Amino acid sequence: MEIPYTVKARPDTGLWNAKIGVWLFLASEVMLFGGLFSGYIFMRLGAEPGTWPHGLLNVPVGTLNTAILILSSVTVVFAWAALKMRNFRRYQLCMGTTIFCALLFLGIKLGYEWPVKFHHFGADIKRESLVKYEEYLGNEHREKEGLTPRLTISGYLIDEHGHTLHQADYERLRAEGAKEIRVKLDAANADPNNPKNDSPRFLPVPMSDKIATIATEDIQYASMYLPRRSSYFATYYTITGLHGIHVIGGIIVFIYFMLPVSARLYRKDPEHLANRVEVAGLFWHFVDLVWIFAFPIFYLL
Amino acid sequence: MSHPQESHVPAPSGGSHEAPHDAEHFHCHTRLYVGVGVALLICTGLTVGISYIHFGSEAMNIFMGLLLATFKAALVAAIFMHLKGERKDIFRFMIPTMIFLFALIGLCILAIKDHIHF
Repeated sequence: MEIPYTVKARPDTGLWNAKIGVWLFLASEVMLFGGLFSGYIFMRLGAEPGTWPHGLLNVPVGTLNTAILILSSVTVVFAWAALKMRNFRRYQLCMGTTIFCALLFLGIKLGYEWPVKFHHFGADIKRESLVKYEEYLGNEHREKEGLTPRLTISGYLIDEHGHTLHQADYERLRAEGAKEIRVKLDAANADPNNPKNDSPRFLPVPMSDKIATIATEDIQYASMYLPRRSSYFATYYTITGLHGIHVIGGIIVFIYFMLPVSARLYRKDPEHLANRVEVAGLFWHFVDLVWIFAFPIFYLL
Repeated sequence: MSHPQESHVPAPSGGSHEAPHDAEHFHCHTRLYVGVGVALLICTGLTVGISYIHFGSEAMNIFMGLLLATFKAALVAAIFMHLKGERKDIFRFMIPTMIFLFALIGLCILAIKDHIHF
């Protein structure tokens, strides 16, 4: 027995079933991501001035990832159009390109962006100790310029030999009661009075060679840039992580559409395969749509 | 529009197979898809560019960035997701969804900006 209305429209709705189904699913996804974005808005608006981080993510890499996802949206709709034109070879090429772009997006995010942040360290200085670290924070200059105070010293946590340490090493140091830590500084903390460091720049600035020694008793809170670090990173990893899970889901479905079982369906009923690809494409465009909002709110604004 | 049948490219043979759509019709659409893709890439560049311009306040900077993001999202929804020209049945539940989404976001903003004072 054939499942009805996979190609022919239902007389009551005027649409084939999967199309209504996927749009209903996307409506639920809007509320899923909408809830998370609302949480982001709540935490960002409630943050103390100067505490919401800016410029901690790599904007050129994020822009490249956005371009890759846009390209994949174009190729998936080309794949659908190719099926409608009964051009199976072009369909395979476009679908293959879509899968490649999706894997590239994931590879950049999980293989580069996230690991870089896992090794990046930030120490929030206690308010009463800010003056002690003025040479790394530059708050007199920032006050003159009408900017929010800089409260964090960031860079790479290092040991006495200059080797980069990880989160587990920092926790061990704390547990052992270490009196001070050494941080190889980001450019903004190495030269905080330079007007070029007043706000984030497009191209990442290379690490400096300057090293700061911070007394642990002056630290309000410190960690690598993990989800626990701050509300900003908690929402960043949650939203981009859930988005990444959706990308993986899309990849799995697209790979299924490249298997011989889909070629058999094309032979039997090409319009049915075209409809399946259209429905998966709708999901993919929604994933792209979420990223269109996630990219500026985390990387730019 | 017909293509030479190679042995590994399956030829549609039966079932509820409908006649292929007019190739010219879809060639027009593919030109549109390329155009929208290019527009999205340009808008992405603009989004990055305007984020380094100060529009007077942080709220205004955020507004400008999100305005451009909304325009991009509208292009994706209208053209790639075929909402332009889609049947009204889909709008019957997508519009209430968007209303609920904006209500949720609005409530979060109100909760912070106009909270209860004790």
